[in-house]
Amino acid sequence: MTGILAASGPVIPDFGEASTCVQDNRLFCPDWVRDNWAPVLQPALLQHVKLVVIAVAIGFVLAFAAALLARRSTWFERPFDLFSALVYTIPSLALFQLLVPVTGLTVTTVEVALVSYTLLILFRNILTGFRSVPADVLEAARGMGMGSFQVLRRVEIPLALPAIMAGVRVATVSTIALATVAAFVIPEGLGRPIFLALRQFFNTELIVTAILAVGLALVADGLLVLAQRALTPWTRIKAGS
Amino acid sequence: MIADISVFGDALRFIQDNPGLLWDKVVEQLELSAAAIGVGLLVALPIGIGLGHLRRYSFVAISVANVGRALPTLAVIAVGIVFLPVGFTVVLIALVVLAVPPILTNAYVGVSEIDAETIEAARGMGMTERQILQRVELPLASPLLFAGIRTAVVFVVASATIAAIAGGGGLGDVIVNQASYGIEGVIGASILVCGLAFACDGVVAIIQRLVTPKPLRGRHAEDAMLVAEPGREGAAL
Repeated sequence: MTGILAASGPVIPDFGEASTCVQDNRLFCPDWVRDNWAPVLQPALLQHVKLVVIAVAIGFVLAFAAALLARRSTWFERPFDLFSALVYTIPSLALFQLLVPVTGLTVTTVEVALVSYTLLILFRNILTGFRSVPADVLEAARGMGMGSFQVLRRVEIPLALPAIMAGVRVATVSTIALATVAAFVIPEGLGRPIFLALRQFFNTELIVTAILAVGLALVADGLLVLAQRALTPWTRIKAGS
Repeated sequence: MIADISVFGDALRFIQDNPGLLWDKVVEQLELSAAAIGVGLLVALPIGIGLGHLRRYSFVAISVANVGRALPTLAVIAVGIVFLPVGFTVVLIALVVLAVPPILTNAYVGVSEIDAETIEAARGMGMTERQILQRVELPLASPLLFAGIRTAVVFVVASATIAAIAGGGGLGDVIVNQASYGIEGVIGASILVCGLAFACDGVVAIIQRLVTPKPLRGRHAEDAMLVAEPGREGAAL
């Protein structure tokens, strides 16, 4: 039976060669993780990182532009806020499936969905950052003869940076979580090993992939906190109190 | 196959032709989601409000928020299936795990950020701790409380769809089973899931309006787990 299936293609793993731990489907088999790190887990992890980085980068550009527009004009803020909140409410699996007839079973479908989910978080945080800049600070900057671009670059963005970075953190971490759903559409990312393991209820793969997904999110969050500290050294003075 | 928009028409026809099946799935998903939100509220509200009232142990709220954002539905379900048989229980537990962080975090932030002088004044008027909680803290915290509950509802309805792969039932059953229902079934169920999510969010918004004291209505509170208010402890929770 195994021989026939193995001959027809490498679809079903040959359990004949697997360790007794894997055959018995014990809770956790380190040997399986060691053997499958390079062929299965590492590629999935790297694909996952790529999906997330692209989504957050595009989402950031769009949300930043939108926040610049909304900064002073409420006519733009309300509609964009409503739109991004509406998209945020759509269940991820449904959004992925609804995009498939339009953009196919492609990375584009996944990225469009992931970018859409970052918009609400990034837009609201960036806008909150801009709104937190005191009016008299802006007044003073203009009084010093700064043009509007200079005010933006040298006053508003630095002062808004803590809120902006907070938004990037939340968006990155939630996109890492959401990107596992991409496996419903394309065979990429950390959702893929979870899917395969669900077919056979293979404990080791379920556990190790879940740990990788949560671990990736926590590591990314930690790295962004370090980046935030490096970018905004002045905020640490207050942190001591 | 790509850009074949006509499938949306087929999907609407599928909805028309299968009202019984889809209605059953909607009810299943609503039951599952409501159970998860209910248990989530029972677990998260007392802890969040209690810690907020004490204004201590903020690290609990911060850690719960951080971990809550990082938990992928699929991973929670995957780990659940390792320890429990596929079915309603494992899915319910997974959904509760996802519902707790936004409710707890926002309850904590909402209660703990009330102006200390307000509480002082209430105490000076001779209110007991219980009265302070009921008449001052909960009404003032209600915009954030509901912001958290709305996020939890959005998370849970979305995750309940994915939970179909672990025997959770609901519209996700149709979405993940293209072999039986065809692409029109998948798209049709996806459309219905969107409608369901909007409806659930809307219902919570209406409840929020009904229970929020009049002077606080219209005050827009951002979910503390998603948006960092300046001056809030740790910039982002």
